[in-house]
Amino acid sequence: MKITVPIIGGPYTHETSSINRLMLWVMLALLPVTAYGLYLFGWPAIFLFTVTVLTAIIAEALSLWIARRPIKPFLLDGSAVLTGWLLALTLPPWAPWWVGVVGSLLAIVIGKQVFGGLGQNLFNPAMVARVALLISFPLQLTTFVAPHPLFAAGSPGFMDSLHVTFGHAAQLDGISSATLLGHIRTQLSQGIDLSKALLNQPSLTQLLWGNTAGSMGETSALLILAGGLLLLARRIISWRIPVAMLATVAVLATIMHMLDPLRYPDAAYHLLSGSLMLGAFFIATDLVTSPVTGKGQLLYAVGCGLLIYVIRSWSGFPEGVAFAVLLMNALTPLIDYYIKPRVYGRTHRGEPIQYADEATSKKS
Amino acid sequence: MKLFKIRGGVHPDDRKKLSANKAIEPMPMPKLLRIPLQQHIGAPAEPVVRKGDKVLKGQLLADSKSVISAAVHAPTSGQIMAIGNYMAPHPSGLPIRTITLKPDHDDRWIELPAEVDPFTLTLDEIVKRVADAGIVGMGGATFPSAVKLGLRKRYELHTLVLNGAECEPYLTCDDRLMREQADDILDGIRIMMHALQVEQALIAIENNKPEALAAMREASSGFNKIKVINVPTRYPMGSEKHLVQTLTGKETPARALTADIGIVVHNVATAHAVHDAVRFGRPLISRVVTVSGGAIQQPRNLHVLIGTPVQDLLDYCGGFLEQPSHILSGGPMMGHPIPDTKVPVIKGFNGVIALTAKETAIRPPMPCIRCANCVTACPCGLVPLEMAARARNGDLQGAVDLGLMDCIACGSCAYVCPAHVPLVQYFNYAKGELTLRQRAEHKQAETKRLAEQRAVRIEHQKKAKREAMMRRRQEAARKKAAAQTTETEV
Ligand code: SF4
Ligand code: SF4
Repeated sequence: MKITVPIIGGPYTHETSSINRLMLWVMLALLPVTAYGLYLFGWPAIFLFTVTVLTAIIAEALSLWIARRPIKPFLLDGSAVLTGWLLALTLPPWAPWWVGVVGSLLAIVIGKQVFGGLGQNLFNPAMVARVALLISFPLQLTTFVAPHPLFAAGSPGFMDSLHVTFGHAAQLDGISSATLLGHIRTQLSQGIDLSKALLNQPSLTQLLWGNTAGSMGETSALLILAGGLLLLARRIISWRIPVAMLATVAVLATIMHMLDPLRYPDAAYHLLSGSLMLGAFFIATDLVTSPVTGKGQLLYAVGCGLLIYVIRSWSGFPEGVAFAVLLMNALTPLIDYYIKPRVYGRTHRGEPIQYADEATSKKS
Repeated sequence: MKLFKIRGGVHPDDRKKLSANKAIEPMPMPKLLRIPLQQHIGAPAEPVVRKGDKVLKGQLLADSKSVISAAVHAPTSGQIMAIGNYMAPHPSGLPIRTITLKPDHDDRWIELPAEVDPFTLTLDEIVKRVADAGIVGMGGATFPSAVKLGLRKRYELHTLVLNGAECEPYLTCDDRLMREQADDILDGIRIMMHALQVEQALIAIENNKPEALAAMREASSGFNKIKVINVPTRYPMGSEKHLVQTLTGKETPARALTADIGIVVHNVATAHAVHDAVRFGRPLISRVVTVSGGAIQQPRNLHVLIGTPVQDLLDYCGGFLEQPSHILSGGPMMGHPIPDTKVPVIKGFNGVIALTAKETAIRPPMPCIRCANCVTACPCGLVPLEMAARARNGDLQGAVDLGLMDCIACGSCAYVCPAHVPLVQYFNYAKGELTLRQRAEHKQAETKRLAEQRAVRIEHQKKAKREAMMRRRQEAARKKAAAQTTETEV
């Protein structure tokens, strides 16, 4: 039985908040790292970013139209743009255009609209797309390039870049460059230990600033952190997920590094490389797909951190943020079912509180 | 004094500046007063006057006939024009029984008893005086105060808390009353302490009212059992159970009263009314009302006779600056829209607030995005988004299992919801529906019980009939046999 909400009922005042405002703040927080990524990887990155975001918007509009839902309010809420945006940031910056198109379609249609649209999806749409792409097109999703800043010598110009993004991709072979995590993984599998594998690799300061090979928006830990702090300051996300997730990875990395320094890189490498930072502040914190209680969020974030470390260290994949987040997304309903705040006036088990000391003050 | 933290809560813009510096002014006498017979929680009062009667100010118009009810008195002298149905000052606007009084402008008091020293009265006498004066909780809850003052009989009480938090935005009537009539309020407090036989009284005032705080401090200096406490400004500080938690650190057990932990909470305006009633025998016939909101020309604090039409208040404040989007009784967080400006002011009206569309900031609802703002804001530890989802799908039991009945309808959750989900509306709907269902179930059970009783009764009658028949037959048989014997004997 559905009800139509009666028009009466308060409150008759409201905080100045709305979904689009919220989304705008997230975009603002993403702006520094995005701008940097686009600059660092030049025109091809700009093309891919544009294509991915545009496809997300079109896919959203079409889905809404097919489902006969109002298009304008949902398009204007900004969630589709954000999904496309986040997806683009996790892609190799010189990937061909169709990777962005297919990715955005997967994210919006399969990841979001099939579940019923805004707020209904179980999994983080960008990560659904990311994992699907990785499994379907492993080559395109693991071909990274070294930084080719806009207008720098040796960087492709506008026309050449059109070729990179919209032409045939084969010509990347010459300039491809592995990410740090990818490199470590390959070296270890070839029996080379870290003392040698880490030679000639980006230093920690480089990882911090982000002047390395990697996904479009994942290289600069510092700029991601800046955006994350903005979200924290605006109380759009709580500290729990990023802090617990990063701490879990750091603790595990430290322990393993102490046990076997030649096989396991230390915490700093883990924290500053790959998708972890972006994941901790922008992906795992996705409101729709993370738990709603403080304790639930802690549990979820620790789970994410644990899975990321396990996948990075012992699976066939060098990076595990997307998998880890999806797995924990699947557990979110369960976490929310079992972990609830204590209700006022009740014990944790839901019984009314009883004060033992002074009995009740009821006179018999 | 050490204060304790409460969970959740919100900080709405308090907008009290609009009217906080306006001293309480009396309203001119209205042309007609419409006095509803139910201005309180409980049963309506029963009229004791008739159409055409001339009444004096303070004369009893309708008496409370049941345990939880409150008497109603004439706010001025005049003639009863009608006793009938009139639009209720309630969102539904359904008609309720109302006495219409035409003031004669003499404003002549009924003969009042001589002033008494309340501390020479017995406790029951005090409670009776409060009941006779028709006093109800004036913070908006409108629970009959005499019932609350009688709690001493059933609970071990130790503390009286005076709620001067006034945590709703815009409202300043309690603030003004505390500033201007602190001594009278204090007298009321002492009378209530006496009636409740408690050891101490705590007057809680939010720290956005420094003048009221100072006034009450000054009035209470010299009474070491009465403390004035500066509580943080945070909505819903004025919620009885949360105020008690702030002051004592103790949560009131679910489904119980604060009296269960030895505390009774009264509003400061109620204390003022108690002073009037017990010391001077004056019934509750007027109150202070804040008229405010962005749409009001001149926001004010008015001393208003019960029964005055809201329109008169609006007119007195210069009317509207712009067409309001909502006119509320009470504050914007928990107040209700009034159906029409012709409805009268009643005992629980602390404000008439006319809000502009900009102030209400109502937007079309979007789907919940699970942002958890509502969870963080809920002072009761509930998960509003899930309760609302259940209620929307008609799963009332599910909503109850999640704590619907522990929700105090404070609106903090809806206030912070970025999707503008009308959470409180869902809760109100679900609570209303549950009451209806329970009533229906009760009725059904009652019908079944009666039917069963009837069946049993019929069964009994049948059995009795059968037995009577048997007896008669046996009797007849015996007689026959006896007759036969006699015959044979013959
Ligand atoms: S505040 Fe609104 S959008 Fe956020 S979780 Fe609660 S109901 Fe959903
Ligand atoms: S209205 Fe109910 S659910 Fe919402 S914040 Fe208040 S107590 Fe919590």
